[in-house]
Amino acid sequence: MIIGKRKPLAEIARMVEPFRKICILGCGTCAAVCLSGGEREAVETASALSILLQKKGKEVEITARTLLRQCEYEFIDEFAGTMPDCDVFLSLACGVGVQALTARLPQKIFLPGLNTTFMGYPLEQGVWTENCLGCGNCILDLTMGICPIARCAKSMLNGPCGGSQNGKCEINKDMDCAWHLIYERLANMGALDRMKAIQPPMDWSASHHGGPRTMIREDMRIGTGEQA
Amino acid sequence: MEPASRLEKILSSGHFAVTGELGPPKSADVRLLKQKAEALRNHLDSFNITDNQAAVVRASSIGIAAILINMGLEPNVQMTVRDRNRIALQSDVLGAVSFGCRNFLCLQGDHAGLGSEPQSKNVNDIDSVQLLQALKNMRDKGVFISGEKLDHPLPRIFIGAVANPFADPFAYRHIRLAKKIAAGAQFIQTQGIFDFERFERWMEKVREMGLHKKAYIMGGVIPIKSVSACRFMQNNIPGMLLPEELVDRIKGSQDKKKEGIRIAVETIQRLKETEGVAGVHIMAIGWEEAMLEIVESAGLYPRPSLD
Ligand code: SF4
Ligand code: SF4
Repeated sequence: MIIGKRKPLAEIARMVEPFRKICILGCGTCAAVCLSGGEREAVETASALSILLQKKGKEVEITARTLLRQCEYEFIDEFAGTMPDCDVFLSLACGVGVQALTARLPQKIFLPGLNTTFMGYPLEQGVWTENCLGCGNCILDLTMGICPIARCAKSMLNGPCGGSQNGKCEINKDMDCAWHLIYERLANMGALDRMKAIQPPMDWSASHHGGPRTMIREDMRIGTGEQA
Repeated sequence: MEPASRLEKILSSGHFAVTGELGPPKSADVRLLKQKAEALRNHLDSFNITDNQAAVVRASSIGIAAILINMGLEPNVQMTVRDRNRIALQSDVLGAVSFGCRNFLCLQGDHAGLGSEPQSKNVNDIDSVQLLQALKNMRDKGVFISGEKLDHPLPRIFIGAVANPFADPFAYRHIRLAKKIAAGAQFIQTQGIFDFERFERWMEKVREMGLHKKAYIMGGVIPIKSVSACRFMQNNIPGMLLPEELVDRIKGSQDKKKEGIRIAVETIQRLKETEGVAGVHIMAIGWEEAMLEIVESAGLYPRPSLD
């Protein structure tokens, strides 16, 4: 899932400064699961923002709404039919949601209320961790399920580096060294030999280095498949 | 085959080699650096020029290497993969070789988050093992990483890597070394040695695998001049092991600097007696004048003349 963190209220207040009628838009999927931008957070943000702006003597009208998913036209179209009348929307979805809304409803303004941070999962209640960078060339088979691209601070393929000590990464003593984890995993699985092979340079061309990536499944497109 | 550099010549003829580190200035003013290099002219076989060490912006290692070459001294160009992608790294090697650099030390580099520009992007397009392989292939096969050919063969270069016997997992450290050697490393400079017992255990593994016969192992020596320097290293240098006994020894001494030099000399004596160690690499971070006394007291002066 995509993890994000709601922007500080003061920053949000600055963003909505020119507007009077504001609608906070929650997203019922990832942002809700990471407790940053679901229905509850949308309502909370609306009331906290009202209080803050009223204290500053600003006349505002703030409401809250939630879409099940802001990143799919199907849900956006449904929302478009009952869209509240307002000057601006503050989306609590990830950057994908904000852009999908903007593309589908170009006459409206959608502001980002969330700092989208990473792809990961909850380790335990209230703790999330990053696991994947979407590099486009998954190598989890080599490392038996631990990603060095996203989890090693230097994205090394032939780690661990010389800064790894006591299982922790050189940049932060609270952060596990991904390569130490990989070493232990391979050792447990009797596959340490893999650490001896030299991994060739990564092909980053499949990663985010050539503008936005697009995936097309011709067989799934309406009007281009066999049926057409 | 003709050695690529003075350093390779010293090592291949069986002499105990001595290299030292010279950190470029945090400015474009090289007067002090030139003075330091001049003072060490006859004490070091080759000068490691650090590459934005500790991720702090300094004059470039290749730029400073040019100054050394003009002074008739031999640089060992350190190259980290932190700040340059494969295009820049390979291009910089060509540029450096073009004006006479022959020794290259490939490193990963400390994370930018620990340095003077913590908000910068860490490049890490390739890793240090892949850089070693890239240099070897440029030299031996005349090809770049992509497989594209160099227009002319590269002159012989001498390729080095670093090793840290004090990092974890310990059981992997000699395997990583083997990997670096397989990738192309011909000489190895280790992290500063304070925990000799652990270094010895690592060397045992190195000898067991015969790695000391495949690459020249140079032990890292860092002279310490104060208790606060010890604390700084313990807390700020990634992958450093500095035992408390050593700190106590500095603490209890009358002249702390002298004691620091004495410890460095003792370390070199032990390294000289350690089978499989081919030389020392002294990192006197900001205390370059200490190297004169260390090299002399360790009986490594005068340096062999090679003609
Ligand atoms: S290797 Fe690439 S695709 Fe696979 S988990 Fe890591 S970043 Fe994601
Ligand atoms: S300590 Fe481990 S996780 Fe951190 S940069 Fe080094 S290899 Fe990567």
